[in-house]
Amino acid sequence: MKQNNNNSFNITFYLLIVPVLIWLVFMIVIPHAEMLISSFLVEDDEGEMIFSFANYIEFFTQKIYWLTFVKTAAYSIGVTLLAFIIAFPIAFYLSKVTSKKNAGFLMLLLLIPLWVGELVTVYGWIVLLGDNGVINHFLINIGIINEPITMLYTNFSMVVGLLYMSMLFMVIPVMSTLQSLDDSLIEAACDLGATKWDIFTKIIIPYSMPGITSGAIIVFMLVIGDYLAPNLLGGKNSLWFTEQIYNSFLQTFNWNEGAAFGFLLLMLSSGIIWLALKLSGQKLDKVGT
Amino acid sequence: MSKILEIKNLSKHFDDFTAVNNVNFSVEEGGFFSILGSSGCGKTTLLRIIAGFQQESEGDVIIHGQSMKGIPPEKRPVNIVFQNLALFPMMNVRENVAFGLKRQKLNKATINSKVNEMLERVGLNGFENKKVTDLSGGQRQRVAIARSLVMNPSILLLDEPLGALDRKLREHMKVELKLLQKEIGTTFVYITHDQSEALVMSDKVAVMHNGQFEQIDTPRNLYKNPKTSFVAGFVGDTNRFELRSKETDSITTKGGWTLQKSNLNSSAEVLYMRPEAFILNPDNQLNDVDQFEVTIKTILFDGSNTKLSTTVNASDEELLISLPQNAQFDGIVEGHRLNIGIHRDDIKCF
Repeated sequence: MKQNNNNSFNITFYLLIVPVLIWLVFMIVIPHAEMLISSFLVEDDEGEMIFSFANYIEFFTQKIYWLTFVKTAAYSIGVTLLAFIIAFPIAFYLSKVTSKKNAGFLMLLLLIPLWVGELVTVYGWIVLLGDNGVINHFLINIGIINEPITMLYTNFSMVVGLLYMSMLFMVIPVMSTLQSLDDSLIEAACDLGATKWDIFTKIIIPYSMPGITSGAIIVFMLVIGDYLAPNLLGGKNSLWFTEQIYNSFLQTFNWNEGAAFGFLLLMLSSGIIWLALKLSGQKLDKVGT
Repeated sequence: MSKILEIKNLSKHFDDFTAVNNVNFSVEEGGFFSILGSSGCGKTTLLRIIAGFQQESEGDVIIHGQSMKGIPPEKRPVNIVFQNLALFPMMNVRENVAFGLKRQKLNKATINSKVNEMLERVGLNGFENKKVTDLSGGQRQRVAIARSLVMNPSILLLDEPLGALDRKLREHMKVELKLLQKEIGTTFVYITHDQSEALVMSDKVAVMHNGQFEQIDTPRNLYKNPKTSFVAGFVGDTNRFELRSKETDSITTKGGWTLQKSNLNSSAEVLYMRPEAFILNPDNQLNDVDQFEVTIKTILFDGSNTKLSTTVNASDEELLISLPQNAQFDGIVEGHRLNIGIHRDDIKCF
């Protein structure tokens, strides 16, 4: 009888794990292995594929590639910081200041951009930020400026687009950690002579660090791997590394180089997250709890 | 001894509800003052007003002869131990205790020696670098008390700090807290709904009911000479009977049980008799003792707290009587008749 129970448990267990395994193996492990192998192959003079580091050497010798690479990393970190600065007060307001009912309604408003999809919101920003767009039109009409300000197709518009699509992913984890912050902790700190600044830096921020970390990881990953916003809002001067990968694959049809670039991006984002976790003293297993 | 805390005509109104209603009291320096009341009686509101977390509607809080009007919590010479302790979970024991001192911008060496001294005092030396989430309930308790005491407050406010502990630990902490208070001499204002905590630890206890103080007295007086019907019924176990009629030297309960009692208050409606006030098999020669016969229904065994559930033969009313656990009363069994007596002073009428 007991044996039977164990067996049926095992069968259920395997049935449940199979979809996950299929997904892991076929969608993640095999494609990445394929990419890794392909990134070390180049075509020789006879059209044969041979093993070589040429794709990676190409990256380090062509200035444009690693400049884009560094720029992408720096901007992604910057956007993550901005997302935190904007999202934290929102999360604090939603979880600590306003009533539960209001918070639910405001949360719904925040979610709406996600429902319409990134492409639509990006075009929305084009309508807003263009030279003949809503914002310039408004500013000229009320007489603040005479000539339209160029906002679209700059780094500024790209950052705005990236922030807009990723910010919510900072708000939600920070909000959920703040919700578990007992108000009496703030009162206790106050009672022990802490100023508002002390309470913010010594109590609220450290307490919500797990939420901030998981929010930062999600935002950073979304931003560094995004293609639409840099491509449509950033214009010619705002090259994003994903665009280099796209160009390798679909413009020059050098799939091996594209694979190498893809891997470099993966290494870069993992490396930065590892470094950030080390620096902030957070552990990956504690994040989001 | 001088008065360290004075509360004058203090009231707190919420929209259509008065949480604290014209409360007056004072606490002497070095005293252990408890406010005892059931939940919702306004005691937490009162404590939060003293700490400065809530604003009084009327009246004044005076500490060291100085009005606390408009002074924020961080500037008041009081510290509070919260009901849920409110330890900072991201800090270890040392950082928790040092938090307040660091805010005063003291130098490192002073902070360290003060923290070490305090941790020693509450018996937590060796735990400095433990996370507060890894401590047991009693240890967390001590961290919270140390964190407040290290600030050297004039008054330490404690908001039911033992509420979350299990019974055994609570009994232990009660004694420990009392000894700690004696040793360091800081004035404690302690609020609780647990009368045993209040009676064991305090020098003075105020019984609070519906936002008002019913009686402020020593634990012994509170128990022996309750001034109001509420206090008599709330503090300690008691037998309560409503009165049907009063004569000049006797009273009769609703069930028809007549007791000898003189000097009655004319408005008296109920009488209270404590289970342990009854004398089992009293001597007939005793003065001022009413004697009756009861029938034992059940024995409610609870160690030193064992009681007899009986019916009074004269009126069929139920009566709880303490049963001392000694050889003299070993023979008592259910169904027996028993002679009991009660001294007239132990019959309290209101």
